[in-house]
Amino acid sequence: MTAGQAIATKDLTLSYGDTIIINELNLEIPKGEITVFIGGNGCGKSTLLRSIARLLKPKSGGVLLEGEAIARLSTKDVARKMAILPQSPAAPEGLTVLQLVKQGRYPYQTWLKQWSTEDELKVRNALKATGMEGLKDRTVDSLSGGQRQRAWIAMTLAQDTDTILLDEPTTYLDMTHQIEILDLLFELNEKEQRTIVMVLHDLNLACRYAHNIVAIKDQKVFAQGKPEHVINCGLVKNVFGMDCEVTIDPLFGTPLCIPYGKGRCILKGQGL
Amino acid sequence: MLLKTNSLRWAGLFLALLLLLVLMSFSIVYGYTDTTWKMAIDAFTQFDGSNEHIIIQSVRLPRALIAAAVGASLAIAGVLLQTLTKNPLAAPEIFGINAGAGFAVVIAVSLFSISNLQFFTWVSFLGAAVSFIFVYIIGSIGREGLTPMKLTLAGAAMSAMFASMTQGFLVINETALEQVLFWLAGSVSGRKLETLTAVLPYLAAGWIFSLLIAGKMNVLSMGEDVAKGLGLKTGMLKLGAGIIIVLLSGGAVAVAGPIGFLGIVIPHLTRAVVGIDHRWVIPFAGLLGGMLLLVADIAARYIIMPQEVPVGVMTAVIGTPFFVYIARRGFNQ
Repeated sequence: MTAGQAIATKDLTLSYGDTIIINELNLEIPKGEITVFIGGNGCGKSTLLRSIARLLKPKSGGVLLEGEAIARLSTKDVARKMAILPQSPAAPEGLTVLQLVKQGRYPYQTWLKQWSTEDELKVRNALKATGMEGLKDRTVDSLSGGQRQRAWIAMTLAQDTDTILLDEPTTYLDMTHQIEILDLLFELNEKEQRTIVMVLHDLNLACRYAHNIVAIKDQKVFAQGKPEHVINCGLVKNVFGMDCEVTIDPLFGTPLCIPYGKGRCILKGQGL
Repeated sequence: MLLKTNSLRWAGLFLALLLLLVLMSFSIVYGYTDTTWKMAIDAFTQFDGSNEHIIIQSVRLPRALIAAAVGASLAIAGVLLQTLTKNPLAAPEIFGINAGAGFAVVIAVSLFSISNLQFFTWVSFLGAAVSFIFVYIIGSIGREGLTPMKLTLAGAAMSAMFASMTQGFLVINETALEQVLFWLAGSVSGRKLETLTAVLPYLAAGWIFSLLIAGKMNVLSMGEDVAKGLGLKTGMLKLGAGIIIVLLSGGAVAVAGPIGFLGIVIPHLTRAVVGIDHRWVIPFAGLLGGMLLLVADIAARYIIMPQEVPVGVMTAVIGTPFFVYIARRGFNQ
């Protein structure tokens, strides 16, 4: 189903001061698929995502969005093609869900054209898709963690972009809500063919939801491809420095990583 | 939130404007010199050169206009600053604007023996602007550019430095002390109308531009990353807001000296009335700020009559309990 690239990086080098985080990276992110960045803490996966979203200027090289250099596009043009949901965003106290979602239409507003029926429609659709219609007049700070994240996702949907980037969208959520958020993103991809790029910490959920996994290590892409092709013990050992077995998820058939370590072993006669 | 719908907010805005005008006429009519409403009207329609008419025209009228303009400017500057710094206790003081203006005036008096109030206006505006530029540059140094934390720290540092240097100069030079002390307390009285008209273009520009960037300030208030992701040029907006703040608070301090607390109290009060949409908060804060300073200034005339309390002291008396309230509410969340 690959129909070209949504995003490509060209010799992209990112740094904080003199510390190189990502070095001359050439990465292609397919259109219409879910791509997940994985890697150990501090490997630069969030930094890479932020840079793709133009929140961080590259030291050298650049990012192409649908074939065009992002640095050459106006920031509002970019915002009409690509949305970013940063990690743990904070809404100002007292902001309602509706007000939050309406901000997603900012890239479409000009001095002359402030609010149109199309804006209204996109906002309504975004609330509907995320199941937030009933909560639209509540303030964001009064919502539970899962609802709050859905509200923010609704804002990025109102932005009406083909590509959505999310930096650890399931952080601080319990397991139920992690699945709920990922299901929502999966549906958006299935129904509307939106390109979704996100950073996830949970390798098993990454394997389940991603069409395309990008494992990052030592300032470079260590491996990229379908989870069932790239995820194995060797990769996990290399990328995360962890010993594990990789088996098959009994529900989905996707790779399932089971770490070694200490802990109570209650299997008969098998102390690990 | 008191006013929940836009039609209520329009009505509220109209009412606030009306109240502001009423308070301005109170400010013109009531004071130490006994005047009546009829005298006040006559002073403008059939001026007869009487003492009362002169007081109304040359003392009370400028005072009312200055209080309204200064109050509005400080309140709007406070709104912009609180959003820019994400700090609910931020006010023009935090940019070191008052301290910078105070220092410039003290320097002018002690080194150049300038004691003309008219000249204070320009000197203090210059001091406010210089201090602001320092704070802005120091707050922008480093990898992430301008961040709320760095801005707040730079402002606190510059304030402390200018305040200490001001005190140092005042200790050395007692003549300066006498001339400057009244100015340093903050007051809207004893100013000619020209003092206001000199800075009015800057204040008016600040009012208009603050309304024009209100929608963008809403986007910025969602956080730097989200705002950038939505295609907002955050660097430009922050610079623009900074310039507006220096126009408004620099202009205000130039006319009235450092008047504290208004810039903290009014934005909070306004948000309680109209919510957090800057497109409503900014005009409402302007009107409420003007109203508060008018009330404080009228009250200042009556508390220890025949003497007057400096209005800067009045706003501090009103503002301090409110400040404590906000701080406590913030910690309880």
